[in-house]
Amino acid sequence: MKYYISEISAKGSVAVDDNILVKGTPASCGSRMLESFVPLFNAEAVDRLINAGYEISGKTNIGEFSLDLLGETSYFGECTENGNLVSAAASLVAKGDIDAAVNTDVSGYPRRAAAVSGIDFLKPTYGTVSRYGIVAAVCSAEQIGVSAKNAKKVKELISVIAGHDSKDGTSLPADSYSYELTSASGMKVCIIKELFDKASDDVKKSVSDYADKLRSVGVTVDEVSVPEVFAIHAAWNILLCAEFCNNVSRFDGVKYGYRSENYKNIDELYVNSRTEGFGFITKASVLYGSDVLSKGRYNDCYDKALRIRRVALNKMKELFASYNAVLTPVCSQKNYQPYEICDAFEKAYDENLFTAIPSITGLPAMVTKGVQLIADSFCDATLLSLADSVEETEVM
Amino acid sequence: MKYELVMGLEVHVELATESKIFCSCGGHAAANEPNDCVCPACCGMPGMLPVTNKHAVELAVMAGTLLNCKINQYTTFDKKSYYYPDLPGAYQITQWFNPICVEGSVEVTTKSGTRTIGIKQIHMEEDAGKLVHDDWTATSLVDYNRTSVPLIEIVSKPDFRSGEEVIAYLEKLKSLFRFAKISECEEGAMRCDVNISVRPEGSDTLGVRSEIKNMSSLSSIARAIEYEAARHIDALERNTEVLVQETRRYDDVKGRTFPMRNKETAADYRYFPDPNLMPIIIDDEWIAKIREELPVPAEVKYEQYVNAGISEKDAATLTAERNLCDILDGAVELGCSHKDVAGWLLTDCAGILRRNNTTIDKLDIAPAKLSKIIDMTNSGDITRVAGKKVLTAVIEKDVDVESFISENNLTAQNNTDLIASVVQKVIDANPAAVADYKNGKTKAIQALMGGVMRELRGNGDAATVNELIIKKLSE
Ligand SMILES: [Zn+2]
Repeated sequence: MKYYISEISAKGSVAVDDNILVKGTPASCGSRMLESFVPLFNAEAVDRLINAGYEISGKTNIGEFSLDLLGETSYFGECTENGNLVSAAASLVAKGDIDAAVNTDVSGYPRRAAAVSGIDFLKPTYGTVSRYGIVAAVCSAEQIGVSAKNAKKVKELISVIAGHDSKDGTSLPADSYSYELTSASGMKVCIIKELFDKASDDVKKSVSDYADKLRSVGVTVDEVSVPEVFAIHAAWNILLCAEFCNNVSRFDGVKYGYRSENYKNIDELYVNSRTEGFGFITKASVLYGSDVLSKGRYNDCYDKALRIRRVALNKMKELFASYNAVLTPVCSQKNYQPYEICDAFEKAYDENLFTAIPSITGLPAMVTKGVQLIADSFCDATLLSLADSVEETEVM
Repeated sequence: MKYELVMGLEVHVELATESKIFCSCGGHAAANEPNDCVCPACCGMPGMLPVTNKHAVELAVMAGTLLNCKINQYTTFDKKSYYYPDLPGAYQITQWFNPICVEGSVEVTTKSGTRTIGIKQIHMEEDAGKLVHDDWTATSLVDYNRTSVPLIEIVSKPDFRSGEEVIAYLEKLKSLFRFAKISECEEGAMRCDVNISVRPEGSDTLGVRSEIKNMSSLSSIARAIEYEAARHIDALERNTEVLVQETRRYDDVKGRTFPMRNKETAADYRYFPDPNLMPIIIDDEWIAKIREELPVPAEVKYEQYVNAGISEKDAATLTAERNLCDILDGAVELGCSHKDVAGWLLTDCAGILRRNNTTIDKLDIAPAKLSKIIDMTNSGDITRVAGKKVLTAVIEKDVDVESFISENNLTAQNNTDLIASVVQKVIDANPAAVADYKNGKTKAIQALMGGVMRELRGNGDAATVNELIIKKLSE
């Protein structure tokens, strides 16, 4: 039960996930493959934090390459509390050990973690926070976001790490957004019926309760139907595995990281290093990913998934013509128990149903009070304002 | 039966950019040691992101323009996956779905006439590294200097009918690209795969195709084609073997092609769009700007030079090298005549470079300096001999023309009083020569000339000196 893979400063108030590079500190990514890998430079987000005067507490444990539910596939062991799975970073924030954490949202793990630990997490609009210095898993979707106890603290840190970075070719100009909080009163939110229906009763109750709280601060809440969510879920899992397979192919035992002692030629060096260095979820995703990219399957799988990505974005833009934000569950259940590794793989991919829309579209998503809010591109401030308005009522 | 060769070419050309295609490392040309020119990005470390080198895109557009291609104004990069230690990310960034240039053509001329070769496409990609095998210790070492060096791959249609056409085409690409500074096209910077098949003359179906991979010297390409064609014809005529579609490599020492292991060729590269690189939009304005930078074609320059009075032979030598044209045009723009500059370039500059064991294509001299030397020589401010001295110093040490002349007292002495006094002094010191002259040996004047010139340290104007000596002697 390891919260930190590397501790950096006892006075530090912000933790950094282990797939975000901090110069001179190992970046294991929860994998035996990178246990010994020490980066030569800081991620842009880390540089921005340090330049703004924040001290880094350490590198938090994550599931291998952040693909899983909550860190249960880490080579260094999972974290649990009261028998339930928790993520290291979210748990440290919830306990008040640190003020905030920055996490790479590859496929929704920090969103689920925030829901389970009862904290806030913002996955910002794709392109607003530099990906320079993330150990890449799914380049077209992953974004560094902020975990903190409330929306105001999230706002404080996201304002520090966001901004244009010429080192990242997909980084967007900073003049298209700001994080000014406004009153939520008068905003309109809709619940996606299909996702609501797929959640357990206690999660449904969280969503309904949150809808009531929104109404109490002057927000209108409707229900809409988006039958595309299941196709979007499937498409996301295809894109996720395909890109992931390609990105981890650089970990081959040749240049750095784990190398098997047992090889007689280059093929054995590759196969044995990767067999011994990677965990189950990585291997399964690599197999699935190389299949969907193969000659015979590209058109039916990968290319179709790219088309569904466009359909998803169009559908969401349609909703945002009438609504400020969309409200959905972020997990099917309130808590997870540790799983056997094979089940964990399936469970992680199943749970992506709830997190897939923001991942595949690059739209911003915020988790607060165990639910997920999604807004239009660059409308991260809308999400922060909604979350903050509800949080304000509780302070009083 | 008579047979016809059918060939298509894939030519890889290294682009002459200052830095690599997706990071800011210098090109491998700058490397002295293995892994000199590498950074975390081009040696495959996690966390780095590629950023496209704009100059590489511009050079690719130039190449497409020279080969009469359509420029794809929406062009994208894709990832091509395969495992090999010389490929640090285990994928190569290339253009699979939307190459930058398509549908072009180029004319090639051989002894049998001029034919048009179709260009299917030109795409950009990054080069891979280099493996060095040490047989002694049975290990392999990897050198990443070359990884991510920008390349274009020019894919022709199967339009070649003879080895001569292939060589003429490669020579044409080389001279076009060198002249436009798209590529140095130095040894190894141009690599070529040849797709080759043979069919009975007049047939319109294609024979079994083999692909000979990765050749870089023109002479070995010619030999490989000759060997491969003969092998195919033998197989068809005398059933020496059954031809299969395969990839082969040419062994220049043995003079034969050999099949490559199937494993190396049957790979599924799992191409997909690279999400880290946004599509490149090349608008009309950018294309126009790039085209403006294209030089006047060598053929056009040649005509210009001949019309300006340069001999055909000299014009041909000059237009073979872009640097000579640039220097010549620069000096002409500053007022020199074409003929003067051509003479200085091909005689004086070439001679100086030869003495320095280098060649004229390496000449690097500011047109302003050359034109100043030519002007000063023409106006008699310095003598031809002094001009050559200055030129040598400029080429070897890039000195400033005027300060070099004054520091070395090279200004020509036109001051008749000064020269007259030196003449008197020399005449007084050489009574024998004077006597010889007066006795009809006019050649004796040479000794007096030499003496005066020595006194004037070579800076006397020869005509004035000569005139004054004759005048003094006849007094
Ligand atoms: Zn580099």
